[in-house]
Amino acid sequence: MAIVTESHRSITRSEVHQTITRQSKHLPSLALGVTLLIAVSFTLLTLFALLARIVTQAIPALTEKGTGFLTDTIGSEASMVGIWPGLFGSFGIGLGVLVIAVPLGVGAAIYLEEYAKQNALTRFIVVNIRNLAGVPAVIYGVLGLIIFVGWLKPVTNGGTVIAAALTLAILVLPVVIITSMEAIRAVPLGLRDAGYGIGASRWEVTRDHVIPYAMPGILTGTVLALARALGEAAPLIMIGAITGLLPETSLSGKFTAIPMLIYSWSGRPDSGDSSVGWSNAAAAAGLVLLVLVLAFNVVGILLRNHFEAKRVGS
Amino acid sequence: MANESNESPVFAVQELSVKYGEFRAVRDVTLDIREHEITAFIGPSGCGKTTVLRCLNRMNDFIDSAKVEGLIEYHGVDLYDSDVNPNEVRRRIGMVFQKPNPFPKSIFDNVAYGPRLVGKMSKSDLNDLVEKSLRRAALWDEVKDRLKASALGLSGGQQQRLCIARCIAVEPDVILMDEPCSALDPIATTRIEDLMQEIKKDYTIIIVTHNMQQAARVSDRTAFFTTEVNTQSDRRTGVMVEFDLTQKIFSVPSDERTEAYVTGRFG
Repeated sequence: MAIVTESHRSITRSEVHQTITRQSKHLPSLALGVTLLIAVSFTLLTLFALLARIVTQAIPALTEKGTGFLTDTIGSEASMVGIWPGLFGSFGIGLGVLVIAVPLGVGAAIYLEEYAKQNALTRFIVVNIRNLAGVPAVIYGVLGLIIFVGWLKPVTNGGTVIAAALTLAILVLPVVIITSMEAIRAVPLGLRDAGYGIGASRWEVTRDHVIPYAMPGILTGTVLALARALGEAAPLIMIGAITGLLPETSLSGKFTAIPMLIYSWSGRPDSGDSSVGWSNAAAAAGLVLLVLVLAFNVVGILLRNHFEAKRVGS
Repeated sequence: MANESNESPVFAVQELSVKYGEFRAVRDVTLDIREHEITAFIGPSGCGKTTVLRCLNRMNDFIDSAKVEGLIEYHGVDLYDSDVNPNEVRRRIGMVFQKPNPFPKSIFDNVAYGPRLVGKMSKSDLNDLVEKSLRRAALWDEVKDRLKASALGLSGGQQQRLCIARCIAVEPDVILMDEPCSALDPIATTRIEDLMQEIKKDYTIIIVTHNMQQAARVSDRTAFFTTEVNTQSDRRTGVMVEFDLTQKIFSVPSDERTEAYVTGRFG
């Protein structure tokens, strides 16, 4: 039985009207809005300034050389150089990351999320992987120098593009693992239950439901990892990428990569007698790298959309 | 309705007890599940009825800390014997979950997923099986023109019937239902309940429900679970209080805790 009590509250229309039409104080929210807007504008402005500067700087070098800038080798004359050896090296590194870091990283993530017992040891491993993602790139360079250039010399032939690809694959591995783990963790539990509930094995559930559902997130991690690997110069310096002499476009010789060229060319003085200086060449190389990373992003987004459409199950 | 035959039970559960780590979730469950009957597990939240249900097809294997004690025999075979393959167990003992969980695939692929795992089938056999399963789940007429459409576009009730069709498609022997109607409206609930009556001649069904009226409407036998507060740890452990014909549980229960629950004085 509900107990009937006498109401002591009487609500009048005017009282209601007064409260629900009361306007909130504008000043603090306005101030916050302006602050946030300034933050956004500042970020965007910096970005655009950077882009504008690179593009304007790059134009002289690119118009002078045309497509030759991509296909010619490096040299001692700023107006004559091309970035072909750098492109080759960066391509090798990108391929290495895709072939080594992505399968290893996704595999590790699947193991840690789907197979490993959630105990202290697993948590310890995961914490350490997270920490590894924050280790400075130059440290990975030292690691690469010792392991891939030194100990594994019979395999890598020393400081070659193979050693660089291995080093950078290890560098981005934690990023791939962590983003993949997060993508896998976001797969609804009900989806796994559904698979197990009709007798699918752990592997079948992982293959048919978990991985496809997590694919967009895994791809995001892959694109991030690839962009990071393509942009790193420090580990390459450590393992002995060269910018003088003639780097080879082979798997067994001295190599270089685009970030190395940018780094090296930026440090050279512009001679006044040419319309194309080293700073223009460096900017042009930077632009190529940006376009390359952008292209990977676009491919990544297209693939992600493809998998996201699949997730709705048409 | 239920008849007291002497045929061997589908499940013989003896002294079942489940621990999550040090915490005992449910203890001393002893009951027999008979073939082609609907058995309902009722009781307040936290009484362990879902835990017991998930032991019956080894879904608790996925919880690392879960430890199952006691004996569960399925047609006389110890389900927790070391040489039992849990995937095969789950094929024979299917499960329908609280929240409809169709795969993000087409309606057809949802139903065909289980059969495809088992082995290669000809296209026409598979089509027949999908149609038969959807018909059994009373969903065929609503979806026959859009089998290739996403299952996620169906209503909640349709999704749940699709999950039942998906379960039926692997030709199980038992269907475990964990509060299958709790996310559905009364009309969709009625359809699922009618469906259960329809299919119980072919399957043995065990349903966990919060809804006492539902248990009274659909089940032949009912197990009532409740919680007991552990005086040392102040945590609740589920216990099975009574297991009997549903009519008896709801009219002349032998335990006063059951009576208090079914008459609405508690829980």
